[in-house]
Amino acid sequence: MTLLLESLFNGAAIGSVLLIAALGLAIVFGLMGVINLAHGELMMLGAYTTYVVQSFFKLPLLEPLFGGYIFVAVVVAFLVSGLVGLLLERSVIRRLYGRPLETLLATWGVSLILQQFVRTVPLAWSTGLWLAAMVALAGPLVGNRLWGLRQRPWLLRLGSWVVAAAVGVAAAGWIRGAMPKLARASARNVDVTAPRWLRGGLDLGDWTLPIPRLVIIGLTILAVVAVYWFLNRSLWGLRIRAVTQNRTMSDCLGIPTQTVDALTFGVGSGLAGVAGVAVSLLGSVGPNVGGDYIVGCFMVVVLGGVGNLWGAVVASAGIGVLTDVIGAGRLLEVWPQMPARLQQGVEFFATTSMARVLVFALIVLVLQVRPAGLFPQRGRMAEV
Amino acid sequence: MEFDDTVAVGILHSLSGTMAISESTLSEVEKMAIEEINAAGGVTVDGKSHEITWIEEDGASDWPTFAEKAKKLIDQDQVPVVFGGWTSASRKAMLPVFESKDAFLYYPIQYEGQECSRNIFYTGATPNQQAEPAVEFMFKESPVAGKPFFLVGSDYVFPRTSNTITKAQLESLGGEVVGEDYLPLGNTEVAPIIAKIKNALPDGGAIINTLNGDQNVAFFKQMQSAGLTPENDYYVMSFSIAEVEIDTIGPEYLADHFAAWNFFQAIDTPASQKFTEAFKAKYGEDRVTNDPMESAYNMVYLWKAGVEKANSFDDNLVREALIGVTFDAPQGPIEVMPNHHISQTVRIGQVTPDGQFEILTTSDGPIAPQAWNQFEPSSKGYACDWSDPDKGEKYLL
Amino acid sequence: MADTRSRWPPRWSQVLLWGMGLALVLALPSLVSPFRLNLLGRYLSLAIVALGIDLIWGYTGLLSLGQGIFFALGGYGAAMHLQLNCHSCSRAAGGLPEFFGLYGVQQLPWFWEPFHSPWFTLVAIWLAPALVAGLLGFLVFRNRIKGVYFSILTQAALLVFFNFFNGQQKLINGTNGLKTDLTRLLGMMVGSDAMQRNLFWLTALLALLTWLLCRRLVVGGRFGHALLAIRDDEARLRCLGYNPTPFKTMVFALAGGLAGISGALYTVQSGIVSPQFMAAPFSIEMVIWVAVGGRGTLWGAMAGALVINMAKSLVSEAWPQTWLFIQGGLFLLVVTTLQGGVVGWFQEGGPRRLLARLGWRTRLSTYPALELETGPEGED
Repeated sequence: MTLLLESLFNGAAIGSVLLIAALGLAIVFGLMGVINLAHGELMMLGAYTTYVVQSFFKLPLLEPLFGGYIFVAVVVAFLVSGLVGLLLERSVIRRLYGRPLETLLATWGVSLILQQFVRTVPLAWSTGLWLAAMVALAGPLVGNRLWGLRQRPWLLRLGSWVVAAAVGVAAAGWIRGAMPKLARASARNVDVTAPRWLRGGLDLGDWTLPIPRLVIIGLTILAVVAVYWFLNRSLWGLRIRAVTQNRTMSDCLGIPTQTVDALTFGVGSGLAGVAGVAVSLLGSVGPNVGGDYIVGCFMVVVLGGVGNLWGAVVASAGIGVLTDVIGAGRLLEVWPQMPARLQQGVEFFATTSMARVLVFALIVLVLQVRPAGLFPQRGRMAEV
Repeated sequence: MEFDDTVAVGILHSLSGTMAISESTLSEVEKMAIEEINAAGGVTVDGKSHEITWIEEDGASDWPTFAEKAKKLIDQDQVPVVFGGWTSASRKAMLPVFESKDAFLYYPIQYEGQECSRNIFYTGATPNQQAEPAVEFMFKESPVAGKPFFLVGSDYVFPRTSNTITKAQLESLGGEVVGEDYLPLGNTEVAPIIAKIKNALPDGGAIINTLNGDQNVAFFKQMQSAGLTPENDYYVMSFSIAEVEIDTIGPEYLADHFAAWNFFQAIDTPASQKFTEAFKAKYGEDRVTNDPMESAYNMVYLWKAGVEKANSFDDNLVREALIGVTFDAPQGPIEVMPNHHISQTVRIGQVTPDGQFEILTTSDGPIAPQAWNQFEPSSKGYACDWSDPDKGEKYLL
Repeated sequence: MADTRSRWPPRWSQVLLWGMGLALVLALPSLVSPFRLNLLGRYLSLAIVALGIDLIWGYTGLLSLGQGIFFALGGYGAAMHLQLNCHSCSRAAGGLPEFFGLYGVQQLPWFWEPFHSPWFTLVAIWLAPALVAGLLGFLVFRNRIKGVYFSILTQAALLVFFNFFNGQQKLINGTNGLKTDLTRLLGMMVGSDAMQRNLFWLTALLALLTWLLCRRLVVGGRFGHALLAIRDDEARLRCLGYNPTPFKTMVFALAGGLAGISGALYTVQSGIVSPQFMAAPFSIEMVIWVAVGGRGTLWGAMAGALVINMAKSLVSEAWPQTWLFIQGGLFLLVVTTLQGGVVGWFQEGGPRRLLARLGWRTRLSTYPALELETGPEGED
């Protein structure tokens, strides 16, 4: 019984990481039909954001609040990755709608650039750049209300650019002074230290539940519920679904389809940022962190059935439990007297690498039987 | 300073990719050693002083690229020597290149042994200079002395071979290995391994860790949250964690675990402090030094000494001259042995909360290197001696 | 496209061109250093895998992100044969290749046995990848999985193979790969300059032969028409009574075989085959060579492979940090503005466009058909 529970928990732990990473992809790929190979790199940005936020919380002023930096990081990471995603959509993806193969290649190019960007540009400057972009975006909104600049849009635009640049440079300069570790560009991985309460385990008799895993499972549930609510209960969610189902008709009905595209992509990218925060609790944070997850994410989406949130949930849970059962050789524990030949087979696959091989091979096999995933969309296929 | 001539050497480490984290420090420290030598008058051959310059190539954490760039340095740039490599896989990829072109590689990392190339000088530790004393320490003196062992490593040649040796050694010591598992390079999902360790070692024990680079981060973070901590009698002895890695993993996760090296930054001798201070002055006060860096630093000086003793840049003359060369290294005196390895001092340290090591034991003087392992049955009784043409790579003692 | 077919007797300008090409290939070994020649030979072998990608992507519209599987299989085949026939290198117990000794393996794994034979190896390096590709393709195409799903599945298959080869130290030396430089082929050391020069010529010859073969297949012939039809409108082809699955399977197998040849040539010239050949970035890189050169042009794909790889080695020698930026930029440039690749751009800027503007005839798009469906059409 304990074994079953333990396996379920471990499966849930592995699966929840996959799911939170795949959630944004499920939206972008499932609803927009866009293959975003830079999704992993958007996660990486989220992980780096966690590092920067953590560095702020190590300053004397914020030190007492260190335990809570993770909550700030979740919000900021969503904004950072969301903003980068938004820029990506406006500048590149928009030109490529209806050409998924080209999108795939373009986003791969973006992922290379993002990777090399964090290697060569000091975090202090990246932070400044992000702040400047946020100000430049928010400037017109605020300026419109405050100073009645509505009549002179050029002045407003110029003003917000100037303010944005000033804020960016000032912030970068200050960070360089205050946090020397962020002043140097480096290809090295950075150290994200979880606060004390997030590091231990929860003792349940002879069984310890790792707290980071619990937090990630919680965060994943929260994210899934939020996405579900956003898509099915909010106005913009309704618009997104409408555009997904019939773009031309939605356009005729006055839905701003371009804004919907940008919003969908932005939200999907933002979720990648949140996944980045989660991942930083488990492993290292470096330029390559995204590559570890990207194919797994796509498998979750494809296996679950494109455009199906619950499919992704079931698929990631399934992959998680299978990985644990195969990788930790659980069958041997349940059935110690199995025939020698079978035992050899189980042991052959009971390593992390072979578990991966087997799980992926199984996915490909499942797709043979159900080419559209476990939960295919029924009825008339949506047209992009 | 006026020089009569220049000589260009090759530097070949990963400046990009997963290994860049560790390997770029070697390239930095090699350049520092070269600059120090130049400041002291360069290399003198035939009464002429040579300024050392370097040609640097990026191995890009990719073994075929290492082979390609090694070819380039040898054929295209005609360098007399290449300082390079980190992973055993990269060394194994470069070995055929250096042997087929009869060129010269200096390799700075502790490794699994079972190799003794005529064309490579190994300035890192062999298993009997790191792994074996470390395992013996865990079995006899550590807080988990006598408890069973679990072996964890990245899935490539060094962990696999090193663990084969460890198993043979523990068998002869009377210890018990209850499990081993390997994580593919680039994969950081360690949950199944943690589950296995928990099942195999219900009451604590010693874990021998040969994971590489950033996989350690995931491993130690999740060990701690699964409750596999020193307080609960789970002690990890790592072969690839030094001060630089502590800096990126975070000392919170590593405190009280062990590591075995020849050099620690905490060594309290003038030579050691001078080395660390020079590095900090050049690359930043917040930087740290570690064993692979010390080894990379030493090998540049050893090469210089070999060239000056041979009075030539010619590979074959330097190769012969190098044997017997001594150097007062940051770790203490070292000497090049006939098997192209180096006699070094062995130390075992415990991680302190401030990210350094507390040195627990130090061997009585330098220990002679064994290229061929004496626990592993297939190589037992063999040795390597390049000073005698009849003995060479592998001969029966 | 019938107008590009060669005619007989050839024009004098063509004879001159071919003659110059031949002279260049023959003279190159004495013109450049052995290192550069070796690099050139390797990139020339990469041109063969690019040729295969152009067949499946440029002509048939199937974007495979897993050609590394077949490339590496070919490489492993060649390396296994050479390792077994390595008389001078050190051996483990029982005469096994040395690395087996490190893991305590006493007996040669069964699938190594046939690679003792050079004839078997010569066939296996292209047939084995072709069979694997055919099987994989058949399973996928039978279910009418296409477009981006196909791309993702090939990527997943790549991951399966990568992890398998990476994890199996005791079977094929895992992540360390197999080395060939110190082995012997026809009495010569493979890593020696003389042997490398011969391999360069062999690669050039094979590149030419495979190019002629592909051109013959796709230009004008019925097979080629079927491929173009699949690319441009698969549904219509099906309505006309053709079953596209065998065509797709065949062309995918062919591309797999080409990748195998390419991998074998690449391996003996670079001196090592390792699971890194199956790493995801490498397979995606292959696609960009074709895209930059010009898909659907065959020789554009080959030229793309050559030029981009040369640029890569030159740029990363001079400024190691910048190559990824350049490569990423290339991806963006090619998909947003230079869709036909360099060759396509020249073609579009040429007389054809002029004719089209005069209303003479309009060109077909040279990029793959738009996959408008959001999913496979099975099930309902």
